[in-house]
Amino acid sequence: MKRFLSFSLVLTMIMVILAACGTETGGTAKTTVTIVSSLPRTGSSKGQTDTIVNAIKMRLEEDKYAACNGNVEIKYEDLDDATAAKGAWDETKEAENANAAASNKDVMVYIGTFNSGAAKIAIPILNNAGIVMISPANTYPGLTKEGKGAEGEPAVYYPKGTRNYTRVVPADDLQGAAAGNWAKELGVTNVYILDDTELYGKGIADVFAATAEANGIKIAGRDSIDSKASDYKALMSKIAATNPDMIYFGGITQSNAGQLVKDMRAAGMTADKVKFMGPDGIYEQAFIDAAGADNAEGVYATFGGVPPSKLEGKGAEWYNAYKAKFNAEPEAYAAYGYDSTNVALAAINKSCDSINRETILKNVFATKDFDGVLGKWGFDASGDTTLTQMSGQQIKNGAFEFIQVLK
Amino acid sequence: MAASQTPSSPQAAPLVPREPFLTKRRAFSIVGLIIFLGFFAIPIYQTILLEMWDSPRQLTQQIVIGLTKGTYIAVIALGYTLVYGILELINFAHGDLFMIGAFLSLIFISLFGLDPKTSSGITIFFSLLGILGLVMLCTAFLNAGIERFAYRPLRNAPRLAPLISAIGMSFVLQNVGIFLGDGLIWDKIADGLGSDAIGRVADAMGTQSVAPKNIPDLLPNGQVFFIPDSLKYTYKDLLVAVVSLGLLAGLYSFVRFTKLGKAIRATAQDRDAARLMGINADRTISVTFLIGGALGGAAGMIVGLYNGTALFSMGFTAGLLSFTAAVLGGIGNILGSALGGLLIGLILALSDQYIGTRWSNAVIFAILVLILLFRPTGLLGQEGGQKA
Repeated sequence: MKRFLSFSLVLTMIMVILAACGTETGGTAKTTVTIVSSLPRTGSSKGQTDTIVNAIKMRLEEDKYAACNGNVEIKYEDLDDATAAKGAWDETKEAENANAAASNKDVMVYIGTFNSGAAKIAIPILNNAGIVMISPANTYPGLTKEGKGAEGEPAVYYPKGTRNYTRVVPADDLQGAAAGNWAKELGVTNVYILDDTELYGKGIADVFAATAEANGIKIAGRDSIDSKASDYKALMSKIAATNPDMIYFGGITQSNAGQLVKDMRAAGMTADKVKFMGPDGIYEQAFIDAAGADNAEGVYATFGGVPPSKLEGKGAEWYNAYKAKFNAEPEAYAAYGYDSTNVALAAINKSCDSINRETILKNVFATKDFDGVLGKWGFDASGDTTLTQMSGQQIKNGAFEFIQVLK
Repeated sequence: MAASQTPSSPQAAPLVPREPFLTKRRAFSIVGLIIFLGFFAIPIYQTILLEMWDSPRQLTQQIVIGLTKGTYIAVIALGYTLVYGILELINFAHGDLFMIGAFLSLIFISLFGLDPKTSSGITIFFSLLGILGLVMLCTAFLNAGIERFAYRPLRNAPRLAPLISAIGMSFVLQNVGIFLGDGLIWDKIADGLGSDAIGRVADAMGTQSVAPKNIPDLLPNGQVFFIPDSLKYTYKDLLVAVVSLGLLAGLYSFVRFTKLGKAIRATAQDRDAARLMGINADRTISVTFLIGGALGGAAGMIVGLYNGTALFSMGFTAGLLSFTAAVLGGIGNILGSALGGLLIGLILALSDQYIGTRWSNAVIFAILVLILLFRPTGLLGQEGGQKA
C-alpha cells in the first residue's frame, strides 16, 4: 500500500511538471491580456451586476475580444466577490479574487469593485502587483481623496506610494452634497438621518448631514441601524416622535433599507407626510421588491450620474443597442461598466508596443477627454472621474422615475 | 410521576417546576439585582431616566412595541426550551425552522391568491387560519423528521455529536430557504404545469433567491378602538400578541395538565426511569418535536405577516435572540422562556429609543451576563439542575 502511494505520488508530480511545460511551450506569439471583474454576483446586488457584466461583454464583443489589430487576445473573467451565506460581498472572497489576479501574470486590468468596502481590501493587493483598477461603482471619497475620509486615507491603500485605482462614478462627497441641496429644494425643514455603519453608507450620511445643516435644515436626530435586525418598529416610533418631514438613509438595499421603509410606513409616516431619501445604494429594482411597491411609493433616490435611459448622444445609442441585445432595461451602473471596459481597451490599444501592467496602468491614468457613452470625460491625477453630473429619482407607480438633474 | 422528583436528584429540571415561584434564594438574587441597578446603573443612565420622565407617552409606546415583539420571541424560545428540557440538546435548527414557516406561509398565501386589496376580510381571516394550520402541520412533521433522522441515531453518542448535527441541519434548512425563495425554479414549475397559482408564487419570490421577500400586508392595520389615539396600537399588534400568548398558554397547559404532557415531563426528568414506568420515550420525544415544530412554524407565519418580510437568514437572527431569551429565563423552563422573551423584546425597544439601535444587541448581552452572574441558571431556572 505504501509503495503504491509513493508510486502514484511520483506519477502525479511528473504529470504536473509535464502539464506545466506544456502550457509554457504551447503559448503562441499572440499576447494575451486578461481583464477580470470582481463584483457581487450572488445576493440581491446580482440584478445590478448582471447588467454591468452584460455591458462589459458587450463592449468586448464589439472588438471581437482583441486589441492592437488582432495581435492581442483579450480574455475576460467574471469573478464573484459575494457568498450565498452572506448574500452580499465578503472580505475573504474579495481578497481571494485580488490575490488570484495578482498571481496570474496575464491579468492586467481589474474592473471592480462594486462596494467601496471591498475596494479597501482589493486596492492594496493590486497596488503591490501594479495592476490598474477601474471601478464602475465605488463612491466612497476616502479611496482617492485626502481629508474626505478617515485619517490616513487614502495613503493607507497605496503601499507602493503610486496610484493604481480609478473610478468612473463621481464620489459621495458630491452625491451627499447634491442630496442635501435637493432636500432643501423639496422644502424639507426637519430631517432624521440614519446610516448602516458601513463605509459607503456612513460616509454619505455624514456629507448629507453637513450639507443639510449648512442649508439651514434642522437635524432631528442621527442613528446607526443594525442591518441584520428583523424589524425597526421601535426605532421608527422614536423617529416619528421627533416629527421629521424627511428620513435620510445612508445605506444600501442589502442593509435592510426595504424593512426600514416598511416599518416607517407602519409607524404612520406615510409618503405624503414624511419623505424618504437614499443614495444610489437603493436606486435599484431590488429595493422596491424588498419594501413592497405600496410602501416604496414616493421614495427619493440620488444617483451619481444620469440613468441609462436619459443618456444623450453616444449614450443613447448604447442604451438602444443594449435593450435590443439583451431585451431588458440596463440598471444604473451598466453604462459605467461599459465605459470602464471602454477606457481599458483604449489603454491597451495605446500600449501595443509593450503590453505589460505598467504601461496599461499609465495609459488608463492618462485618459483625457475620452468620448464615451457617459459624455466627454477623463481621469484626474488621483483617479477620479471629471464627471460631476448627478440626478434625482423618485419611485412612481412602482418604478424609479427620473425627476431632475442635480448640481 | 411527581413522586419520583426527589430533592437529592441532581437531574431534576422538569419543564414545569413544582416549587413556589418566589423562593428565598430567588428573592435574594432579585434584590441583589435591584441594588446593583440602583447603585451603578442609575448614575450612568440618569439622562435616560430623565428622558423617560419627560415623555411618558413615548415610554409607554416603546413598552407596547417591545412586549409585542417579546411575545413572538417567547414563542420561538419555547422551541429551544422544550427540546433542551427533554434531550439537553440545543436545537440550532429551530431558528431556521421558524424561517421555513415564514416561507411556507408566503407560498400558501400566494397559492391562495390572497391580496389585501381584492380579497374580502372574511376570506382573508379564514384563509389565514387555514394557512396557519397547514404551516404548523408542515413544520411539525419537518421537525419530527429532523429528530428521527438527524438526532435519534445519535441519542447515545457523546453530547457534542447531536449538537454538531443540529448545526448541520441549520445550514441544510437555510439552503432549503434559498431554494424555496428562487422564483426562477417556481417559474419553471409553473410553466411546466401551466398553473397560475404557482406563477403567483414565482412572482412573490422574485428573481433573487437570497433577496428579502415581501409578504403582503394581510393583517388589519386599524387602531384598536379602546386604545386612545395618542398611543399607536393596531389590530395587527393585538392579533400578534393574542395568538402568541394563546400558543404559550396552550403549550403550558398541555405540558402541565394532559397525560401526554405528564409523559413529556417525566421523560425530561429521567428518561430511563420514565421508560421503567412504561412510558414510550421515543414516542414522547417525537411528540415534543412535533409540538416544537408546530410552534416554530406558527411563529414564522406570525412574524412574517407582522414584519412583512421573509428572508433565508431571518432564522439565524431570530434564533439568536430567542435562544438568548431561553437562557435568560432559564432554559428548560417554559415560563422562564416566556419571561425571557418578553424581557428581551422590552430591552430591545427601550434600547432602540434611549441608547441607540446599534447598541441594542450589546445591551441585551450585557444584561444577560449580569443576570447570569447572579443567577447562573437563568431567572426561573432550577437550582443545581445545571446541564451543559
